[in-house]
Amino acid sequence: MSLELKNVKKKIGTETHIYSTDLKFEKNTINILLGSTLSGKTTLMQIMAGLDKPTSGEIWFNEKNVTGVSVQKRNVSMVYQQFINYPNFTVFENIASPLKIVSISSNEIKNRVGKVAELLKLTDMFNKKPHELSGGQKQRTALARALVKDSGLILLDEPLANLDFKLREELREELPRLFENRDCIVVYATTEPMDALLIGGNTATLHEGKIIQYGKTVDVYNKPKNVISAKVFNDPPINTTKVIKKDKTFSIENNSISWQCQSNLGALADGHYTIGIRPHSITPYKQTENSVQIKGKVLIAELSGSESIIHFQSGNIKWVSLSTGIHPLKVGAEAELHMDVNQFLYFDKNNKLINHV
Amino acid sequence: MSKISLNNLSHSYLDQQNNDQDWALRDIDLEWSNGGAYALLGPSGCGKTTLLNIISGLLRPTKGEVFFDEKKITHLSPVERNIAQIFQFPVIYDTMTVFDNLAFPLRNRGFSEDKIKARVKEIAEMLDLSQTLYNRASGLTADGKQKISLGRGLVRSDVNVIMFDEPLTVIDPHLKWILKSKLKELHQEINRTMIYVTHDQTEALTFADQVVVMHEGQLVQKGTPVELFEKPKHTFVGHFIGSPGMNILSCELINGKANFSGAAIEIENKPISHKTYSKTQIGIRPEFVSFSNTGIAVKVLKVNDAGRHKIIDIECDGGKLKMISSVATTIPSGTAYVKFNSKYTYVYGDDWIVGK
Repeated sequence: MSLELKNVKKKIGTETHIYSTDLKFEKNTINILLGSTLSGKTTLMQIMAGLDKPTSGEIWFNEKNVTGVSVQKRNVSMVYQQFINYPNFTVFENIASPLKIVSISSNEIKNRVGKVAELLKLTDMFNKKPHELSGGQKQRTALARALVKDSGLILLDEPLANLDFKLREELREELPRLFENRDCIVVYATTEPMDALLIGGNTATLHEGKIIQYGKTVDVYNKPKNVISAKVFNDPPINTTKVIKKDKTFSIENNSISWQCQSNLGALADGHYTIGIRPHSITPYKQTENSVQIKGKVLIAELSGSESIIHFQSGNIKWVSLSTGIHPLKVGAEAELHMDVNQFLYFDKNNKLINHV
Repeated sequence: MSKISLNNLSHSYLDQQNNDQDWALRDIDLEWSNGGAYALLGPSGCGKTTLLNIISGLLRPTKGEVFFDEKKITHLSPVERNIAQIFQFPVIYDTMTVFDNLAFPLRNRGFSEDKIKARVKEIAEMLDLSQTLYNRASGLTADGKQKISLGRGLVRSDVNVIMFDEPLTVIDPHLKWILKSKLKELHQEINRTMIYVTHDQTEALTFADQVVVMHEGQLVQKGTPVELFEKPKHTFVGHFIGSPGMNILSCELINGKANFSGAAIEIENKPISHKTYSKTQIGIRPEFVSFSNTGIAVKVLKVNDAGRHKIIDIECDGGKLKMISSVATTIPSGTAYVKFNSKYTYVYGDDWIVGK
């Protein structure tokens, strides 16, 4: 089982929505499409589902060309950001609805609905109508309906986006388990890097209609191919700045910050580079001995409950720091923070990652 | 400007109340001092909107009183209370200019045009609206419109309190932090009592010096963001604040000592109590659990690489819990041991913190 996009393009009028895309998803994998709003995630999913046709290129499913085959004739399930259920059906009827269309015995329906309902903790809700459910339960019902018919391809378009923070956390943790031991390919679209990291699997970073990088989620995160991929995969956004290398020293342009070049970068030619500093590599406390200080004016300290995101200005750049614990720095205060030099990412003139490890 | 006090406040939407569930608000006692930045935080259905409506005068409480300073105002109408309120969605006049929108609350109260001009310019400056002051409001983006709503709430200097009801809902996520910092700055500049109602912990903790957490109609903790993180007074606060939330697991309380997973747990905050509880639990945040050579024997179930740290699922005789470790942490193979940081370990009796 596999899903393959071969040279797929999508144009609407003169506007290109999807640039030439080649992607191959294998059996029993979860694949994350990660990108901001309007990066092309939904368009790609609709093409995969058969809800939309590519302008050119082909879609292959199980080694068969399915380009142009309508969604009704394909074994596909889809879950959306909005909680979509039949308002007059009970939870049981909602989950059972895809099975009623194909002819399956009522015992078999009961059996299958029971199984997915247990997985999604809906067994006690069978007789309720959607309006009696919480947001989380509504989305669980929609997910159960997608799972009950054993589709070969399950497409989830930002399924957690409309949920409260805590419900989101809970359901995100359960999601990978739902697809274990199930013969299917899962595609999951999200704007949130944390969704990708915690769900795992493979990730494709998307930007303005282009796939930037595809690979194992941790690999894409740890080794972003270029500056764009690093930006897509970091929230709060990764700090980027121009640096100059001279002899064994790097220094940030228009700032007095400099540090010694690590031995593995010694061979790099002197000149201009871009570095990426992830927010969690800048903290109010020292994380390693190999750190440099950065001073700046606090714009705001956002406190998330167990972490602090400090926005500050240093030189003519706005920076973001992310640290564990609550650090309620005052707006306008001068702060001293520490950057972990070991964690810097170096990019060349073409914004490509310099693999130094 | 006023101090706000809520005295023994309860509210029910029913005519008759038979049990706790029949009350939307139960026994709220609260004092907000003059000029502070406060937040009311809780999930939907916790009673925060009911409380807000009681303060603004849209709702008369079933029991209890509301005071502005020493004056009882429970029976006063919203207009008589003299408050400003900012809602989830922008409330503005599309056909008016930005200036006229901001001037509206002042003109209604008969201020002179000179005074109005000076004040509107001042507020527009604070909110970065000076450039578009004479444009029509209809052409603005959602954020721009919400800024006008904020401005209209802030423009009057004679109000007792400014209340914000989920004001950042319509703001694009990428711009949220900018408006958050604006609000924080505005509070520092105009120094008026502000109450911010939200279900979003980041917004509440970022804005407020003191956060009130509500759960099922009760006030479960009032404290600074640091206190809510470091010393949750109720299991709900431990669970709700932070991601992932606090580990809360059954324990036994014997002679002021907590026994968990077959061992006596060292706790700085001594859980001495003479009460008996129907359940006792130990609470420890994932941030304060670490691998050790001795301690509680655990099995590592799953390791999630969250990029900035690892979130590790572990299991011991006492149950399953989560711990957070740095990315560099090596995960022990086979049976591992963990210890709890005694400074941040607490015992809860019937969900409330036990001990000092």
